[in-house]
Amino acid sequence: MDIQTLTFLIVGASFVLYIGIAIWSRAGSTSDFYVAGGGVHPVANGMATAADWMSAASFISMAGLISFMGYDGAVYLMGWTGGYVLLALCLAPYLRKFGKFTVPDFVGDRYYSQLARTVAVICAIFVCFTYVAGQMRGVGVVFSRFLEVDITTGVVIGMCIVFFYTVLGGMKGITYTQVAQYCVLIFAYLVPAVFISMLMTGNVLPQVGFGSTLTGTETYLLDKLDGLSTELGFAEYTSGTKSTIDVFCITAALMVGTAGLPHVIVRFFTVPKVRDARKSAGWALLFIAILYTTAPAIASFARVNMINTINGEQMQGTEYAQAPDWIKNWERTGLISWQDKNDDGKMFYSGDERNEMQIDRDIMVLANPEIANLPGWVIALVAAGGIAAALSTSAGLLLVISTSVSHDLLKRNLMPDITDKKELFYARLAAGVAIVIAGYFGVNPPGFVAQVVAFAFGLAASSFFPAIIMGIFYKKMNKEGAIAGMLSGITFTAAYIIYFKFINPAANVPANWWFGISPEGIGTLGMLLNFGVALLVNRFTAEVPQDVQEMVESIRFPKGSGAAKAH
Amino acid sequence: MAFENPQQATAYWRENIALVLKLLAVWFIVSFGCGILFADALNQIPLFGFKLGFWFAQQGSIYVFVVLIFVYSRLMARLDAKYNVHED
Repeated sequence: MDIQTLTFLIVGASFVLYIGIAIWSRAGSTSDFYVAGGGVHPVANGMATAADWMSAASFISMAGLISFMGYDGAVYLMGWTGGYVLLALCLAPYLRKFGKFTVPDFVGDRYYSQLARTVAVICAIFVCFTYVAGQMRGVGVVFSRFLEVDITTGVVIGMCIVFFYTVLGGMKGITYTQVAQYCVLIFAYLVPAVFISMLMTGNVLPQVGFGSTLTGTETYLLDKLDGLSTELGFAEYTSGTKSTIDVFCITAALMVGTAGLPHVIVRFFTVPKVRDARKSAGWALLFIAILYTTAPAIASFARVNMINTINGEQMQGTEYAQAPDWIKNWERTGLISWQDKNDDGKMFYSGDERNEMQIDRDIMVLANPEIANLPGWVIALVAAGGIAAALSTSAGLLLVISTSVSHDLLKRNLMPDITDKKELFYARLAAGVAIVIAGYFGVNPPGFVAQVVAFAFGLAASSFFPAIIMGIFYKKMNKEGAIAGMLSGITFTAAYIIYFKFINPAANVPANWWFGISPEGIGTLGMLLNFGVALLVNRFTAEVPQDVQEMVESIRFPKGSGAAKAH
Repeated sequence: MAFENPQQATAYWRENIALVLKLLAVWFIVSFGCGILFADALNQIPLFGFKLGFWFAQQGSIYVFVVLIFVYSRLMARLDAKYNVHED
């Protein structure tokens, strides 16, 4: 069977599975729709959280990014996992005890203010939309390469599938579908990694393999890679190029941003008990870590393989006429290109003026099985995995958007008398509208999807995280302080990013950055500013009402937590 | 009030904070410490084919993160039981 047919079969089978689960676990009430009735087992919830969290970016782009960044890639690895420690220790158990549906619910009640709630709703919707646009694009890319339809058709197919099971199943449907999607995506990620690790180092575990010697030699893989990198004019693979303070700030912004993302936090409302919320975060991180510790291994294998294929064993370049199929396949998509500068008919890849190749880093994971000559079904499996990653994340985000609109905006702000049934209807309507908008951005991506992701993390880090932390650990924090803190944190972070990314991109060099911190890492400063302003304003404004202080006391211990409820 | 008296509540909260701070200290040391601030120094030490600082940044810190959360979950369950504020 050819790869095309295999891909249709495997991707098709996974779709049947997702839709089947959605029908089996239909949502009957708003509680089912928003938080799965609060009845999901911690291990299942952990898997669903992992699938929700690992987007097309994690699955498709991350290993490629690391492959090109070397040591600096650690900002993503630590940033996107370390946030779960903050989440588990400082947020999840308390928010679970609080027992409402959404992050704006908490901010609004804790700071006894509609204004605080509205600020939180707007941030939540903005953060989710920036994310979901990138996901739909990811679906489109995978479809167009492996099913050979155009990107628009790919996005439309993806939209229909997500619409079907988000609108029908709500959180309950999504949670169980995501469990299935996690299994598909992790299997698809590990199979090629294990194959390649065995081929290159003789080790079954990629995590061990990339610290081992290359098969048949005494050279360690990473030493070989360091040698190749220096020889070809790149920075040493294990050292990287970013300054220490920048690596520090980017990692911190991603960690804190992760802990402040509404679609991640809401996951911990879906477990039955506070105890389960703590455990569930551990399971989620365990499932995430399986992929995140494999990614740097894939990155280094792919780097060595790619350099060897293009430059040849003797590092003299290889004849273009004999280029392997994967180079020709990806050349058609425009993501690889070759320009014969010295007219010798050979390809050569390097970090200096000898370079003749343009290689898009997003293709590394998708092309990896082809580069290593793995069988066709592995390539088809990777396509199904990429689609599972993109679909599971989009569904989770759409749910947060629809909840924000129907629950936080309509029920709590505009139409307080709405019935449960009506609210559910509006939630589904909002999900539908959100999918159409997301699909539009998937077909016509704003040129800056990658930049906008940094934006989302920066905003979450500088707004939600400090407000929630102080809400739990500092019961004297009042609404004036919290609102002033959120607004100043967000404004500062947004202004810095907008200036360097959109208004004056030419100035985006380390010499112009404050304290040498890039726009990706500025959320860390924004967060500190938020804390500072909040504490200052708090000193000079009215005391927190007694009943709110008692509420804070009551979320600090587990006893008496009920299922998440409306009000 | 789920606690027998306000002193119990204060004591519980104090122990909780102490535990969280200890675990966060470990979290900070493995990631920001070993993986970033002291990575260059640690890179002088080999661990099989890895340089130690690089290993912490791309592998080790993540393993420690996972362990930290399970340790927290276990110790908190014990603390809840000690003060009788656990869920049934």
